Amino acid sequence: MQQGRPAPPPISPGPPPTPFEVLDRTLPPTSPWAIGARLISLIEKRGRSAVIFIPYVWLVLFFLVPFFIVLKLSFSEAVLAQPPYAPLLDLVDEAGNWYLSARFNLSNYITLLTDDLYVRAYLSSLKIAATATLLTLAVALPLAYAIARAPESWRLTLLMLIILPFWTSFLIRVYAWIGILKNEGLLNALLLGLGLISEPLIILNTNVAVYIGIVYSYLPFMVLPIYASFDRMDPSLIEAAIDLGCRPSTSFWKITVPIAFPGIVAGCMLVFIPAVGEFVIPDLLGGSQTLMIGRLLWVEFFSNRDWPLASAVAIVLLLILVLPIMYFQRSQARRAEREAPQ
Amino acid sequence: MKRSWISAVLSVLLLATVLLPAAAADRVVRVYNWSDYIDEAILKDFEAETGIKVIYDVYDSNDILETKLLAGKSGYDVVFPSGNFLSRQIQAGVFQKLDRSALPNWKNLDPSIMQLVTRYDPGNDYGVPYMWGTTGIAFNEEAVQKRLPDQKIDSWRFVFEPELLKKLADCGVYMLDAADEIIPAALNFIGENPDSKDPAVIEKAEAVLKAIKPSIRKFHSSENINALANGDICFAVMWSGDANIARTRAEEANKTFVIKYIIPKEGAQLWFDMMAMPKDAPHPKEGLEFINYMMRPEVIAKATNYVTYANANAASKPLVNKDILDDPNIYPPPEVMKRLFVVTPYDQKLQRLVTRIWQRVKTAS
Repeated sequence: MQQGRPAPPPISPGPPPTPFEVLDRTLPPTSPWAIGARLISLIEKRGRSAVIFIPYVWLVLFFLVPFFIVLKLSFSEAVLAQPPYAPLLDLVDEAGNWYLSARFNLSNYITLLTDDLYVRAYLSSLKIAATATLLTLAVALPLAYAIARAPESWRLTLLMLIILPFWTSFLIRVYAWIGILKNEGLLNALLLGLGLISEPLIILNTNVAVYIGIVYSYLPFMVLPIYASFDRMDPSLIEAAIDLGCRPSTSFWKITVPIAFPGIVAGCMLVFIPAVGEFVIPDLLGGSQTLMIGRLLWVEFFSNRDWPLASAVAIVLLLILVLPIMYFQRSQARRAEREAPQ
Repeated sequence: MKRSWISAVLSVLLLATVLLPAAAADRVVRVYNWSDYIDEAILKDFEAETGIKVIYDVYDSNDILETKLLAGKSGYDVVFPSGNFLSRQIQAGVFQKLDRSALPNWKNLDPSIMQLVTRYDPGNDYGVPYMWGTTGIAFNEEAVQKRLPDQKIDSWRFVFEPELLKKLADCGVYMLDAADEIIPAALNFIGENPDSKDPAVIEKAEAVLKAIKPSIRKFHSSENINALANGDICFAVMWSGDANIARTRAEEANKTFVIKYIIPKEGAQLWFDMMAMPKDAPHPKEGLEFINYMMRPEVIAKATNYVTYANANAASKPLVNKDILDDPNIYPPPEVMKRLFVVTPYDQKLQRLVTRIWQRVKTAS
C-alpha cells in the first residue's frame, strides 16, 4: 500500500566523479599516475566505444603491423649484418642531392616458384593437413554427437574432459607421444604383450606419428563447434523423420549432418589452417622425410639466416590459406542469400 | 560492481609498470651457452667470489644463437659461438673487441691453439677459446662387432660406403643434423678439400650422402647421447665430448656394452667454441670479469673434467683428470692433430646451396 506520493528524487549535480577522476585532479598533471588515471576515467566514461575500439587496436597492433613488417621483409635482400637484411628504403646522397631509393627485390618470390623444394613442401603440407583434418573429423563427429545426446547432467563433465588436456602445456603433451610411440614405447609394449605383433611397429618419426599428433592436439577445436550445432538441434526432428518411416542411418545423413554442417565447416577450418603451418608436431614426431612448410620456414630463418626468403614463404602460405577461405565465405554468403525466404 | 573490478585490475597493472623498472641494481652478468656444457658449481663459485649474479641461459644449436645475435639487443654479455659462426658474426659486426688489460689470465692460453683460431678471428681480438673437439664416430662396440665381424672401425668408410653402413642400419644409425660438419666430412672422404668453397665440389657430397641416407634413422645433434647410452642405436657421427658423456651414462646404468669414439684415420673436423661479447652487451665489465674467471687454470680444468672436452688453457693441464688428458680422442697426440682440418664459414649464396643439399639429402627416401 502506498502512503501518498513518493518524494521526487533530488536533482543531482551530474554523475559523481569516479575515483580515477579524483586522482587525476589531485595529482600533478604530468605524473604517470595522473596520465594513467586520465586514461582509465576516459575508458570508464566512454565504455561502449572503448569496447569496440580495443579489438581494432588489437588487430592493428598484433595482426596488421606484423603482417606489414613481414611483407616488407619479403621484398628485401639478405645480407650479413645486424639485422641480417638490406633496408628497403634508403636515403642516398648523390652529388649533394638526396634521393629516397626504394629497392623492391622480387628474387625471393622467384626462388619460391622456381625451386621445386618449396612447391613440394607447400603441397605436402596441404596434403598432410587435409588428411589430418578428415581424420580429426572422423573422430570428432561421433564424439560430439555422443556428448550432445548424453543426459543433461553428464554433458558439462564430458565437455570438461575434452577441454582438460589444454591445461597441460602443448609441448609436453606432444613429447608424451614420443614415449608412447617409440620402438620400446608404451604402445609397442602393449601390442607385443597382447601377442598382436611380433616385432615393434616403427611409428615414431613417420608421417603416421604426425597424423596422430595433429588429430590428438586439434581434436577439441573440432569437437566444440560441432557440439554447439548439435546442441541446438531439436530432437523432435529425428523423431518426426523416424515416424515418417525414415531409417536411423538415413535420418543421420539427411537431418543431423546438414544441421551440424556449419559446425563441421568451422571445426575443419580451425584444424586445417593451423595444421598447414604446424612446426612442433612434425619436428618432434615426424621423420626427416616429413616435409612441411613450417619446418622449411625454420630452416630458412635459422640455418640460412635468410629472413627475407622466410618472410616470402610465410606470405605465400598466407595467400594460399586466405584466398580460398575468402572465396568459400563469399559463396556461402551468396548461397544463404539465395536460400533466404523471399 | 563490474566497473570497479575492472578499475581495480587496471590500477594494479598501472602500479606494476611504474614500479618494476626500479628494481635490479645489483651487478649481474648474462651468459648464453650450449646446454650441458659447464659444471654448474663454477657459476656458484663465481657468484660467491665476485658478488656478481650469473643469469645463465642455454641453447642447443649455433643457429639459434646466431639469430638472436643478428636480431640485435640479445641482452647477453657472454656467448659461446663455434669458430666458423664466430667468424661470420665478426664480419656482421656483432661483437666488440675484448679489452686484454681486463683479461690478465690471457697468459694461460695455449699459443698453438690461439694460432689455430686465427683462421676465424685474425689477431685473436674477439674470441677466447672455451673448449674444442672433433667430429668423429661413436659406436656400441658389441653390436657393431656382431654385424661387422673382424673389422676395425677406424675409417669414414663405415659411414660413407653404403654397403658397410647398411649392415648397421638395423641396430640404429644417427647423424648430426649439421650440414657444415657432415658435408666437409664427406668431401674429405672422397679426397676433396673439406673446406672447399667451389659449388661444383660441394655438390659432389650430395650423391655420397644420398646413397647412405636409407641406412640413417635420424638426423639430430643432441638426442644421440641418450640413444647410444640406452642401446637404442649402435652407431653415430657425433662430437667427441658427447660420445664420452654417452659412454659414462652407459657405465652408470651398468649396461653390458661399451661405447667407443674414434677419430677416423682420414682425418676429422676440428672445431672450437669461443667466448665472445656482443657489441650491445649491457654489462661489459662483468662480462670481462666472467671471461677472465673462466681462463683461470683451476676453473677451466674443472669444466673440462665435467664436460670431457679439451680446453685451450695450457696452464690447466696439470689439473685435468689424467684419464681425460691421456685420452687420444680428447687431447689427440701431435700426429693425429696433423690429420684434423678446420672449416671456415660459407658466404650467403653458398650457405643456401649447402642447406639446400642438406634438405634434399634429409628428405630423400
